[in-house]
Amino acid sequence: MNGDGNYYFEIKPKNAFTFGFRELLDYKELFFFFTWRDIKVKYKQTVMGFLWAILQPILLMLIFTFFIGRTFAIPSDEIEYSVFVFSGLILWLIFSSGIANAGNSMVTNAQIIKKIYFPRLIIPISAILVAVFDFLMAFIVFIPLLFFYNQPVDLLEALLWWPTGLLLTVIGTFGPGCLLAALNVKYRDFRYVIPFLVQVLLFVTPVIYPLSILPHKWLQYVVAINPMYAAITLFRLPLTSVSPDPVLISISVVSGLVIFILGLSYFRRTEMFFADLA
Amino acid sequence: MTPILEIQNISKRFRIRHQESYLSLRETISHFFESSTVTEDFLALSDVNFSVNPGESIGIIGRNGAGKSTLLKILSKITPPSEGRVICRGRIASLLEVGTGFHPELTGRENIFLNGSILGMKKREIEKCFDEIVDFAGTEKFLDTPLKHYSSGMQLRLAFAVAAFLEPEILLVDEVLAVGDSEFQRKCIGKMEDVNKHGRTILFVSHNMAAVESFCTKTILLNHGKILGQGPSGEVISQYANLSSAGNSQAAGVMIASSADSNKPIKKIEMFCDDKPSDAMYMGCKMEIRVHFSSVQPLESPVLGLIVKDYYNMPLLGINNKHYMEGIIRKPVCTGYIAMVIPYLTLFEGVYDLDVHFGNAFKDIEVWRDCCRFAVEPMGFTKSGELPDKKLNRFFIQDVEWGLASLDNLK
Repeated sequence: MNGDGNYYFEIKPKNAFTFGFRELLDYKELFFFFTWRDIKVKYKQTVMGFLWAILQPILLMLIFTFFIGRTFAIPSDEIEYSVFVFSGLILWLIFSSGIANAGNSMVTNAQIIKKIYFPRLIIPISAILVAVFDFLMAFIVFIPLLFFYNQPVDLLEALLWWPTGLLLTVIGTFGPGCLLAALNVKYRDFRYVIPFLVQVLLFVTPVIYPLSILPHKWLQYVVAINPMYAAITLFRLPLTSVSPDPVLISISVVSGLVIFILGLSYFRRTEMFFADLA
Repeated sequence: MTPILEIQNISKRFRIRHQESYLSLRETISHFFESSTVTEDFLALSDVNFSVNPGESIGIIGRNGAGKSTLLKILSKITPPSEGRVICRGRIASLLEVGTGFHPELTGRENIFLNGSILGMKKREIEKCFDEIVDFAGTEKFLDTPLKHYSSGMQLRLAFAVAAFLEPEILLVDEVLAVGDSEFQRKCIGKMEDVNKHGRTILFVSHNMAAVESFCTKTILLNHGKILGQGPSGEVISQYANLSSAGNSQAAGVMIASSADSNKPIKKIEMFCDDKPSDAMYMGCKMEIRVHFSSVQPLESPVLGLIVKDYYNMPLLGINNKHYMEGIIRKPVCTGYIAMVIPYLTLFEGVYDLDVHFGNAFKDIEVWRDCCRFAVEPMGFTKSGELPDKKLNRFFIQDVEWGLASLDNLK
């Protein structure tokens, strides 16, 4: 029972522009339940279960190592190429599956949206949290991989840059994820745009090659607009002594924040009408 | 007393785009330079005002499309109003559907937590009444079975059990009772009365007049998005009963289809009383209902089903031509009408609604619910001038033989 007698709110045509973080906090349990549901459902009726979260990056790593790394002798910032690829891939998978899941999340949950109110942001955020869960699974494999290749790691730097890389990835995923989720409600075209977008972005993200191999400086600046550039590069910092260009990192971080604010504000502006359109 | 809920000048406008099922980017881009697209504004609610005191149970009634569900959606914050505002002084939980968010792959136990959480319960609250919920649903054996293996009745019971333990200050209920068997419906009403006795406020949308009358102290009648009446339930329900036939009727007893959709074959429905077009019948008259249809593809054996309901929305009669030997149509037809003629109407004095189901031998193609309303005027069939109680009777039987066997003489 909610016994407080001072409870008061108004429903008006257009709410003032607020992010509503306090309301999100009120619903923190629903975050948990949506994320938990998606993780449960994702691995229901599979024999391998959570192992899939580990197998995907490992298989991709092997493919990239043997077919691309060995064949074209790609430099990898003094890191063993397999480790270089794997460290990039686990963050990349948050981004790619986060965007894909979040982008479709409002449409797949349309039935719930039409019947009950809760802060709509919970749905795309939970979709991204599922991808973060997969990351944590894969991260467990990342540590033995480092030992296997005798990869030197600066522990102090790792404590700083690994969480930073993860945080930047989540911010970088959240922006486009929310934007696409909101757009997808109105224009179902984005259902087809999302897989294509994710595929193309892999090749302009330094997952399988370092940015330094790009021949022109201006091309590096363009590619650095990708928010995942900073996330992945900073995540690899504890493994290498090669220091990245601070200008490129700044471009990437600022771009990530701009897309974050853009995505969030577009989502907040249109969320009231989701039930009418979904 | 301060009202717990104040609805002030609420309007909801929908923009209808013609000939479009959903938006696509190409259309938005291609229409970008055009000055006007074909749109039409539709007012689902216009200038609705009322207030609710704590502990009241309010019924909301009206025909299909009167705006009842839109009103509940606005109150539950699912969709914003176009104008006006609502002041709430209590937490609102809405039950627009039972089992919202149920996932077939999850087990019963998991679904209880998920659904409860979606409905706004805290994990602690769900844990506290978990056993009661399971008990109420009667599904303890299947608690760890995935929901997809449940029968639909079990799913429904589980869903309602979770909802029954919601404890908000204001509860919005929409037509949940339309599903389930009569025992389940009684259980629902009982639970709602329980909730109401604990001093909570309930807004209840329903077509079931009997339920509204017995359960709601006050009722609001909506018609075409406007409040037509509000007050004690009994009065408002009889006002609803006297409401004339829906607005798109051209003349008495004629309903014309509003859409030109080729998937909807029903074009026109006509009613005749003693061969004259009319929606006013009388007891014992000859009643005819004609459903005109037109279809692009020829219809193999078209089937017309009619359901007559009293103003409590209780079905009294449900018949179709498939069940009558001479009613079966074997020749494929594209355009035409099917008529049902009742030579001697035995409905009692009152107001009745009609559902029309039109289809082929296998399925309904188009259904018009509550599409026609007709009145039956009293006739002195008893020859004494007196008629039986209107409240008790829906049908009448003219030829009743009464016999008295007196045993006095034998003494």
